Amino acid sequence: MANFESGLYYSESHEYVRVEGEFGYIGISDYAQHALGNVVYVDMPEVDDEVTAGEEFGAVESVKAASDLIAPVSGTVVEVNEALEDEPELLNKDAFANWIIKVQLSDPAELDNLMDVEAYKAHCAE
Amino acid sequence: MNRTLYGNLIFELSKKGRKGYSLPQDYDRTHTTAELPEALRRKDAARLPECDELTVVRHYTNLSHNNFGVNDGFYPLGSCTMKYNPVINEEIAAMKAFAGLHPLQPAETCQGALEVYYNLQQSLAELAGLSEFTLNPCAGAHGELTGLMVIRAYHESLTPSPSPVGEGSDGSESPLSHGRGAGGEARSKVLIPDSAHGTNPASAAVCGLEVVEVKSLPDGTVDVDHLRQLLAEIGDQVAAMMMTNPNTLGIFEPRVLEITEMVHKAGGLMYYDGANLNALLGECRPGDMGFDVMHINLHKTFSTPHGGGGPGSGPVGVRKGLEKFLPTPRVKLVAPLSSPDGDTTPMFSIDWGKEAPSGAVGGASTSVGSFFGNFGVMLKAYAYILTLGHENVKMVGPLATLNANYIKERLRDDYLLPIIGLCKHEVVFDGLVDKSTGVTTMDVAKRLLDYGYHAPTIYFPLLFHESLMIEPTENESKETIDAFIDVMHKIAAEAKSDPELVKTAPHNTPIGRVDDVLAAKQPVTTFWRTLPSSSL
Repeated sequence: MANFESGLYYSESHEYVRVEGEFGYIGISDYAQHALGNVVYVDMPEVDDEVTAGEEFGAVESVKAASDLIAPVSGTVVEVNEALEDEPELLNKDAFANWIIKVQLSDPAELDNLMDVEAYKAHCAE
Repeated sequence: MNRTLYGNLIFELSKKGRKGYSLPQDYDRTHTTAELPEALRRKDAARLPECDELTVVRHYTNLSHNNFGVNDGFYPLGSCTMKYNPVINEEIAAMKAFAGLHPLQPAETCQGALEVYYNLQQSLAELAGLSEFTLNPCAGAHGELTGLMVIRAYHESLTPSPSPVGEGSDGSESPLSHGRGAGGEARSKVLIPDSAHGTNPASAAVCGLEVVEVKSLPDGTVDVDHLRQLLAEIGDQVAAMMMTNPNTLGIFEPRVLEITEMVHKAGGLMYYDGANLNALLGECRPGDMGFDVMHINLHKTFSTPHGGGGPGSGPVGVRKGLEKFLPTPRVKLVAPLSSPDGDTTPMFSIDWGKEAPSGAVGGASTSVGSFFGNFGVMLKAYAYILTLGHENVKMVGPLATLNANYIKERLRDDYLLPIIGLCKHEVVFDGLVDKSTGVTTMDVAKRLLDYGYHAPTIYFPLLFHESLMIEPTENESKETIDAFIDVMHKIAAEAKSDPELVKTAPHNTPIGRVDDVLAAKQPVTTFWRTLPSSSL
C-alpha cells in the first residue's frame, strides 16, 4: 500500500511540495510511483527554468506509461535532482526522499490551492 | 530443433565460401557492373552471410517457431482487432497480374488494378457513410496525419470572412458553413479526449496543430459539459475534434450526435479515428453520426495482416465538399466507353494532381507517400469485402460485440469489471478481483503465454491502474472463447494457490520473463556478438 507523508502539499495530479523557507521541493507521491510501476526515465527541466503552476515541467517514464509532471506551484528552478538521471528507480525506492526539482517559490499563496495529506488520501481513495 | 545452434544470427552461422547456389560457368562477373560509373561500384566485398541452403531453412524455421500469430492461436490483443486473414486474400494479392505491376505504367495497361482501387474506395465510402476515400496512406497514424492535413487545408482555403461552403448534393444543409476564426487566422486547435489513443495528439502536433484536451467521465466517454465550456472559450479557433467511437474502453459514446452538432456549430470539423470501427461495421456509420473526415485501418477492420509493424493501410474518407482536399494520385472513373456490341466497360484514369487546388494537401506536391500506398493490402481488403458480401458484412460488428460481452460476463467473477453495462467489441478489466496475492495484470498476461495464448493489451487504457483489455473479434468460435475463459479462471485460481508460479511466468516460452526495466534503461541494440568458435 502507498505511504502518505504529512506536512506536504499535494496536487490532484499526484505531485507534492515540501516547503522549506522560500524554497519548495517538488516530487511525485508514493501513490503515484506505485501506480506508474518501475520508473525508467525522468525528464527534468534545467536550473533557472521557470515553472508555472498547473503546467507541465517534465515527465516520468515507467515500463507502463509516460506521464507528464505538472508543477503544483510556480517558481524558478534552483536545483534538479541529478541522481535521478542515472538512477530513476530512486523514485520507486522512496518517492518522498527523492524530490525531482527544487524551486524558489514565486507565489507562496498558490500553496493554498493544494491539498493536505488527509485531503490527498481521500482524493486517492476516490 | 537445436535452438541454440539455429537460433544464432544468420551472420554467426556464416562460413566463408559456403553457399547454396552456383553461377553458370561462363558467367562474366564484370558484366553486371560494367555499365555503372566507377564511383558507384563497390570496392570491398559486401559481407553477406554464406550458408548452405539447409542451414538457412532451419534458421528461419526456428525463427518462425518463436513467433505467435493469429494462425497459431487466439490473439485477443485489445484495440488491435487481430482478425484472421483468409488465405484467398493472399492468393489474390500474389497474382502475377497484380504483384508485377509498376507504379508508373500507363493507366490503359492496368485498368483492372485501377478498378480494384476505385471499387474499394467506393465500398469504404458506402460502409462509412462518406463521399470519397483516398487509399494512399500507409497505416492508421499516417491516415490521421493525412486527415488532419485535409482539415487544415480546408480551413486555410476559407476566406477570412465567414462564407458558406455550400450545401450537400442531397439538399441537406452542409455542416461546413463557417469561415475562419477571429482575427482572420485559420483555425489551429484540435480537441482530443484525454482517453484517446496516443497517436491522435501526436498526429495533430506533427500537422502543426495545437492539442486541447477534453476531459472524460469515469467511464471514458466525453465530458460534454467540459466540451461545451471549451467551445464557449475557444470555439472560433477549433479546427477539429478527434474521436474514437466506441471509445478506448470499448464503450459507445451515447451523446455522439450532440457532440458532432456542437463542434459543427462552432465551425470545427469532426474527425473519426477508425481504430475501433470493427465494433460498428455494418451496424452504423461514422458519416451518419456527423463525422466529416475519418481513417480506416484495413489491417484491423478489413482482415489484412498486421505484420511486424506493417505493411498496413489507412485510407482516409471525407464528407461531400471536402473531396478536393484529398491527396493525389487518385483514380478517376471517366465516362464509361461504349463497345461495338453495346456493352459498356468502365474506364479509369489516374489523376496525378498537377492541377490540384492550391489548398490541397501538401501544397505543390499533393502526395502523402509513394504512389498509391500499399496496393497489396488493398487487394486483400477488397477480397475480404467481396467474400463477406453485402449481407454478411452486417454481421461483423454485432458478432464482435457479442463475443466481447460473453467474455465480460463470464470473467467478471474473477476479474474486476470497472464499468458495468454493455461494451462493444472489447472489454476492459482492472486486474484480478482479489488483489491480496500481489498478482498483477502483467503476471496474468505472462501466464497466458504458457497456455498458448497471445496476451491481451495491458496497462492501456490509462484510466485504470491494472487495465487488461480483451478484444476477441468476430472470428472466434464459442469453443475457442470458452477454452480461453477456462484458462483465465485457472490463472485466477493459481494466483491464490501458487502466486509465485504466476509471478514468474512464462515458463514454457523460448524466452522467460524479460527484465523490462533493464530493457528500457540499457537496451542492447548491437547486432553482433562474439561467440566462441567452438559453438558453431
